[in-house]
Amino acid sequence: MAQTRTAVPASRLDAELARRLMGQMLLVRRFEEKAAEMYALGKIGGFLHLYIGQEAVAVGASSAIRPDDYAIASYREHGQCLAKGSDPRRVMAELFGRRDGLSKGKGGSMHLFDKSVNFLGGHAIVGAHLPLAAGAAFAIKYQGGDQVVVCYFGDGAVPEGEFHESMNLAALWKLPVIYLCENNRYAMGTAIHRALAQTEIWRFAETYGIPGEAVDGMDVLAVRECVGRAVERARRDKTPTLIEVRTYRFRGHSMRDPAGAVYRTKEEVEREKQRDPIQVFTDKCLKEGVLTEAEIKAMEKSAYDLVDEAVAFAESSPEPPPEWLFTDVYKD
Amino acid sequence: MAVMTYREALNLALREEMHRDPRVFVMGEEVGLYDGAYKVTQGLLKEFGDKRIVDTPICESGFTGVGIGAAMLGLRPVIEMMTFNFSILALDQIINSAAKMLYMSGGQYNIPIVIRGPGGPAAQLAAQHSQSMEVYFYHVPGLKVVRPSTPADAKGLLKSAIRDENPVIFIEAETLYAVKGEVPEDPEYTIPLGQAVIRREGTDVTVVAYMGMMYRALEVADELAKDGISMEIVDPRTLRPMDTETIIGSVRKTHRAVVLEAGAGFAGMGSEISAFITENAFDDLDAPVVRVTGENAPMPYARNLELLKTPSKAKIAGAIRGVCNA
Repeated sequence: MAQTRTAVPASRLDAELARRLMGQMLLVRRFEEKAAEMYALGKIGGFLHLYIGQEAVAVGASSAIRPDDYAIASYREHGQCLAKGSDPRRVMAELFGRRDGLSKGKGGSMHLFDKSVNFLGGHAIVGAHLPLAAGAAFAIKYQGGDQVVVCYFGDGAVPEGEFHESMNLAALWKLPVIYLCENNRYAMGTAIHRALAQTEIWRFAETYGIPGEAVDGMDVLAVRECVGRAVERARRDKTPTLIEVRTYRFRGHSMRDPAGAVYRTKEEVEREKQRDPIQVFTDKCLKEGVLTEAEIKAMEKSAYDLVDEAVAFAESSPEPPPEWLFTDVYKD
Repeated sequence: MAVMTYREALNLALREEMHRDPRVFVMGEEVGLYDGAYKVTQGLLKEFGDKRIVDTPICESGFTGVGIGAAMLGLRPVIEMMTFNFSILALDQIINSAAKMLYMSGGQYNIPIVIRGPGGPAAQLAAQHSQSMEVYFYHVPGLKVVRPSTPADAKGLLKSAIRDENPVIFIEAETLYAVKGEVPEDPEYTIPLGQAVIRREGTDVTVVAYMGMMYRALEVADELAKDGISMEIVDPRTLRPMDTETIIGSVRKTHRAVVLEAGAGFAGMGSEISAFITENAFDDLDAPVVRVTGENAPMPYARNLELLKTPSKAKIAGAIRGVCNA
């Protein structure tokens, strides 16, 4: 399917980088599988949107930015938050609605925020965080910094006015922001061709006179390189970029739609699963000899352990006390 | 003290706060090169440059969101709505992003932003440009809502709003921009948010009113004084948080209350004020609380119909006489 538009030499895959990318993708995958289990057990409530199938996007993108750069995302943001460096224990505790959650249990799955790693939050009104990302980039420029903002959003946000307002402002004011569209082909149950007159999302960049690229979201290294180029442009001369990452969610839109079976065929889902980003990367690492099967097995085990630990931490964290209903409404 | 217009008082507040704090910037439609649609930002571009006085294209949701995002990183934006009616296009950003960010983030990200501009009935601006917009905001936990009636309040309250750590909705009025009054020149002059003021002391009836309605109440008070009715006028100034204590204290003294409101009355500010007076001072009341509000219709253009839409002096005076004779 998708390819990067600009041919660039593949970055050298060393063992350390491979371990980091593989470790994070395995962690996100295991975290999400476990979250689904916990949801089924009634430990997690509300809406739960899983990232399974899209791991290479957040992991690849996060590997191309610095810790002091910023990230902001929609409500399908567990992966982006973990990849930015948040403690899985505190993420799980937030999903459980416990006091040690990132947002003290007041945000939940859709509103993970972590100031300690410059994660500007999960936002659950489609398109609304795109202007916020431009604002963060505006502040960086205002303060004379050289950080960048990576803004993750889905293809469902593209028809929203705020996508176009944000692209226009970012281009007009030259803001150091990377708009990273995770095109998983479905806005809830609406296929992209039923929602967009222009389904090649990266082409909207041309309208606003900024660089645009499409990249294979099942290839973690391709995502890393593509985002890396955008980061370089943003840092060097405050040029924003629109990236369309072509990915696929293996699960439904949320746990209310676990299989995602009404609006897409089983054959399609099975076909896409053949391009599982973890399998694609595993094959590459084995083929290039940077990781061994034993090493990958050990990393899987480690991801399982980290997630089990996260669940134990969340279980043991108390519920937020009643008086917290009224705290954090206003800051003194 | 210096005598200046309400517009000049706002301008002074902006200038003083921008000198005081380099994090403060102004953003909105026509705030820079055009000097402000209503000239509130006159001269600021020249004084502070285009880094801090930022003209935007017409995209209320977009630039309000930019302000909120910038506030997350520690800046202190003042976003101008050319008229507050346009804030409807930015309601999602204000309500879902600005008001709830501190809460959703468990206290990590506060949003110190001021969103300001004129609102309420003006002069034949018709249905889409004459709304009393405060009703859309004071319902929302996380927002503060200010309606400053005088030049001194405009300055003192805007400065407090800019220094506040929370999102503040600051709604001025086209009809008040040219009103003159004494304004303290002290750059440290501020008025705390959430503090009402008694505009006129009286003994027979408490009249709660702000903005244009407050001035109308002052005129009615002169008229009714001739008939021996002594009105006490309380101006809440901040609608959220509201200084209920001052209002209830006044009602305990006068035993009667009339609430004025320019906007349509159904589920309006008057409903809330009369509810808390009744809940907290029922035993002190000698008569039911009466609301005098705008009619439940959109604002018409025709001058005669427009005059019928907003409470007239005669209507206000009649209601007050009625309460005092009850």
